Amino acid sequence: MPSCLIVDDSKVVRMVARRILEDLSFGILEAEDGKGALTTCQEKMPDVILLDWNMPVMNGIDFLRTLRSSENGDQPVVIFCTTENDMAHIREAISAGANEYIMKPFDRAIIEAKFSQVGVL
Amino acid sequence: MNSQDFQLFGEIVKSRSGLVLTEEKVYLLESRLVPLARRRGLESLEALADEVRRTQDERLLNEITEAMTTNETFFFRDTKPFDIFRDVVLPQLLKARAAKKSLRIWTAACSTGQEPYSIAMLLKEEAAKMAGWRVEILATDISTEVLEKAKAGLYSQFEVQRGLPIQLLMKHFQQVGEMWQIDSSIRAMVKFAPKNLLEDLGGMGQFDVVFCRNVLIYFDQPTKGKVLDQVHNILAEDGALFLGGAETVLGICDSFKPVDGQRGVYTSVKGGLMAAAS
Repeated sequence: MPSCLIVDDSKVVRMVARRILEDLSFGILEAEDGKGALTTCQEKMPDVILLDWNMPVMNGIDFLRTLRSSENGDQPVVIFCTTENDMAHIREAISAGANEYIMKPFDRAIIEAKFSQVGVL
Repeated sequence: MNSQDFQLFGEIVKSRSGLVLTEEKVYLLESRLVPLARRRGLESLEALADEVRRTQDERLLNEITEAMTTNETFFFRDTKPFDIFRDVVLPQLLKARAAKKSLRIWTAACSTGQEPYSIAMLLKEEAAKMAGWRVEILATDISTEVLEKAKAGLYSQFEVQRGLPIQLLMKHFQQVGEMWQIDSSIRAMVKFAPKNLLEDLGGMGQFDVVFCRNVLIYFDQPTKGKVLDQVHNILAEDGALFLGGAETVLGICDSFKPVDGQRGVYTSVKGGLMAAAS
């Protein structure tokens, strides 16, 4: 079973994403900020990371840059999932190493489409 | 809705578009026609049916048909057909048409334009192999309303997230307020025109590739056969016909054969490029 780490400071968003992804046969891990996500990745690198941008402690883009420069940090597929819905943020995320980008609000169709595009579904 | 009204709307739509409305589509009829009735100041579908019987207004009949024939679509729908087009069909056609350097592609029932624009973006990615080529993408639909949206190339955030890889959004779209507009260079590659598939298609000239996906499923068997026969007449013998995943020519039209190993792709039984390459 592939694993997906959901990183979002909103409990509701984590719950909605978990329901969709569990239904798509992913094993789910959760973190509420970038720092917590790094700790999880150090313990066991997930296959996919669904990543919010604006979070306390460490935001999504700082987490991604740290992840990509760490050992085995190039392995997970990272999909941003954020309310930052403009081209500047999209470009910044992709150049920092994100594989895909979801603009909130999302639904099951969007999650399925994006996960399918990056080859994890 | 009473059965006489359902029958009335069903006959209008069938005679003008070929689309068959079965009883289980009552919900679709209600969801599509209630807004139309309201726009005309009518309170119910019964009132709309009465208006049709009373006036036989040609414009109203067209609006009803258009409302019922607008189908869901999204960028790179099903993915695989576009991979087959790029990796199997296009290389063979580029070889076969090397002298003429010309390709004509038709997407029938293009709805709001995601399919022809997907093809255009794909061709632009392959531009290095196609220097000096003249490529025409003709996109048609029975509904003039959806064609207007298609021509504008403006899509919601939801629409650009279903099927469109982020790299292509970055490369070919501009943000316009809360919408996303496909670049003018891609829009210029596609010509949109109204076309009813039940009409004579003879005047359209010959095509090398026809995308007619998820259209035939709405037609009855004789109509499917009629449309396929017409498509066969305007498709090059070594051309490719793409149908939807749930569609087939088998048992409906003897002029096409499936291309081995390429699901949803058909070519003329008279021979051709695909068979020669397999």
